Amino acid sequence: MTLAIRVIPCLDVDAGRVVKGVNFQNLRDAGDPVELARRYDAEGADELTFLDVTASSGDRETTYEVVRRTAEQVFIPLTVGGGVRTPDDVDRLLRAGADKVGVNTAAIARPELIAEIARRFGRQVLVLSADVRRTADGESTPSGFEVTTHGGRRGTGIDAVEWARRTAELGAGEILLNSMDADGTKAGFDLELTRAVRAVVDIPLIASGGAGKVGHFPPAVAAGADAVLAASVFHFGEFTVGDVKDELRAAGHPVR
Amino acid sequence: MQPRVIIFDYGSGNLRSAQRAVERTGAEVTVTGDPRAALEADGLLVPGVGAFEACMTGLRAAGGDRVIGRRLAGGRPVLGICVGMQVLFERGVEHDVSTEGCGEWPGTVERLRAPIVPHMGWNTLDVPEGSRLFAGIEPDERFYFVHSYGVRRWELHPTSGHIAPPLVTWSTHGEPFVAAVENGPLWATQFHPEKSGDAGARLLANWVATL
Repeated sequence: MTLAIRVIPCLDVDAGRVVKGVNFQNLRDAGDPVELARRYDAEGADELTFLDVTASSGDRETTYEVVRRTAEQVFIPLTVGGGVRTPDDVDRLLRAGADKVGVNTAAIARPELIAEIARRFGRQVLVLSADVRRTADGESTPSGFEVTTHGGRRGTGIDAVEWARRTAELGAGEILLNSMDADGTKAGFDLELTRAVRAVVDIPLIASGGAGKVGHFPPAVAAGADAVLAASVFHFGEFTVGDVKDELRAAGHPVR
Repeated sequence: MQPRVIIFDYGSGNLRSAQRAVERTGAEVTVTGDPRAALEADGLLVPGVGAFEACMTGLRAAGGDRVIGRRLAGGRPVLGICVGMQVLFERGVEHDVSTEGCGEWPGTVERLRAPIVPHMGWNTLDVPEGSRLFAGIEPDERFYFVHSYGVRRWELHPTSGHIAPPLVTWSTHGEPFVAAVENGPLWATQFHPEKSGDAGARLLANWVATL
């Protein structure tokens, strides 16, 4: 009996619609997150992640409605991140039907938020999401990686590996490690980053950013990822969740 | 007649998925913290996420521990899920602090000893022969777990020939732990059937069929 490596499609949701584009045939409404969630569930996704990129807080209610509708139709775990600033935000998302909640920028500004959420809801609900890039010469952190905000545009000077260690200690249940350098390159996951964080945390680790072909996934697992996350390669039908699992299985990793 | 199922709401997390998953079996489902309704329903589902101590405090404040005890005394089905299973045991130990549970089963809920905790994701099970909970479910089927604590020793071994022995299902994360129990009217799962796709739906239907 061994825990399966999880394969997680991620959907960016803006005011209730999937953005960044999807390209599926036979899909009635490619922009509907609920319909996409159902499709990925049918393909064997182990979990789903919604990243709420809604700019205006006035549209936040739409996100709750999407979560509600998804939870009614899809019976696998759902993580929702984006714009979570307080334990009450977490409460609203859980009540709408989210199983886990992703926290990113707000925890950088105020790390105690992690402990507050863990204390109130249990650490298993809290996915600490970190957007990480390699530091430039002259601005180097000890590990050579730093945490960024604003979608990777702004460096914080916070050492990413130390941040991961600290958030795990504060009560994060899991770390979603997104490489901003690899993101969008389709050149593979940042294995060095994955290994560095794996070495300092004993909570589950999700590798994200850089997936371009199925062959990219087994090395991320070998580097220490418990789960792998990707977005556009699934949305554009370059390969399916099932294809990734076949590749992982062939490499000797347990999958569902 | 559709069986009537109450999902006991004592302030614990995402109940919507559980409600929809049980509704899919054809049962009539109500989410409520009303102890009388919980006592009278055909089946009572006790959910639970987060800390043992917080769940137990919430359950007691809502009168849930007494409702569970009275239902079981009358032979009426109860299904505990995740921490809703853990609170059925004698005690939970978190950060060296011991909290009294419902005490329906002897045993202690303690931190899992594994390299990576929480145990998060889809794992396989070792299901005993004769299980009704897992009837019709393939032996290699996986179920969704998310927990840091578990029961590492099953301590109830009735010697009377008149009592059917409890059926205990195990899983392994670092070491073996109790993944599910079928014991008279009291059944429970450490994993989340409501999050375990089609296999979880089948399991919930197996429970509802007993109501």
